[in-house]
Amino acid sequence: MTAGNKNNKAMFFEGLRDGLPIGLGYFAVAFALGVAARDAGLSPLQGFIASILCLASAGEYAGFTVIAAASGLFEMALITLIVNARYLLMSTAVSQKLPEKMHPIHRFGVAYFITDEIFAIEMRQKGDLNPFYPYGAGAVAAPLWALGTALGILVGNLMPARIVSALGVALFGMFLAVIIPPSKEDRIILGLIIVSFAASLAASKLPWLSSLSSGNRIILLTIVLSAAASVLFPHPSGDSTEEKRKEDRI
Amino acid sequence: MSKSINLYILVMFAVTYLVRVLPVTLIRRRIRSPFLQSFLYYVPYVTLAVMTFPAMIEATQSPVSGALALVAGIVAAWFGRSLLQVASLCCIVVLVSEFFIV
Repeated sequence: MTAGNKNNKAMFFEGLRDGLPIGLGYFAVAFALGVAARDAGLSPLQGFIASILCLASAGEYAGFTVIAAASGLFEMALITLIVNARYLLMSTAVSQKLPEKMHPIHRFGVAYFITDEIFAIEMRQKGDLNPFYPYGAGAVAAPLWALGTALGILVGNLMPARIVSALGVALFGMFLAVIIPPSKEDRIILGLIIVSFAASLAASKLPWLSSLSSGNRIILLTIVLSAAASVLFPHPSGDSTEEKRKEDRI
Repeated sequence: MSKSINLYILVMFAVTYLVRVLPVTLIRRRIRSPFLQSFLYYVPYVTLAVMTFPAMIEATQSPVSGALALVAGIVAAWFGRSLLQVASLCCIVVLVSEFFIV
């Protein structure tokens, strides 16, 4: 049975379950974001609204620095576009995972919850993506993200550094839980992850690349490495083969 | 000032949502090009890997605790632990190791 056949309620609850650790990680990261928001002059309520609307850590952080610097609205739009441009790639990937027969209105809902982490757990789903899965994940993760931002504005500087430091790795741990298991069976994925780690480290040190924002480095490396892998190791195409491979792997 | 902050937030929201909503609503069909299929298959792994390293060892108070958490997370994920278990293990490794390091 594929995930698409399960009923919506069950998928919503599955999303809630997988969204909880994401939300807890968000909560911690949002604290740090809240400090930046306070420096920019946002009230706790404005921080809550900005976070519930945008659900974007780096994007919001960049946006708050624009507000703090009192730059123009055009700068705000441009920076937000650049820092969040990786979501264009993720949104394209999600477009290929949604059932073609699904009501189009769900595409607007699913788009709202495309964050790095929810995208990660969506890609872990077998076969088609039921929109109620990201709705469930977002229903728990988004309020925690917004609440964390508001609390960060209120009391962010009171949180012990040790706790902030420890909680800060939660989201990275989740990324590992998504990318590592498939690399056990697929040597190409394993190699690609190792190359990605190395390239990312190199890009953070090399003269020109390191001057790019981390958002731009992510986009550049993702496009170059994924394109290179597609040329060197084309993934077997054809829907049936692909579905079968996914079933086998997970 | 507060009013203009609301305007900034509105612009931030509009652009962020457009970036997310345009591809998924405009691309309705299955992409047939083998190259693009492969490309989109590899994108999540590369993006998430690039976002994890070296950022994970820069997120902690000491790079050593971040590196230990990275190794612990990779091992736990390799042996099929769940999202929550891997994420919590990473946090615990940082918390405990920083008692000795920092």
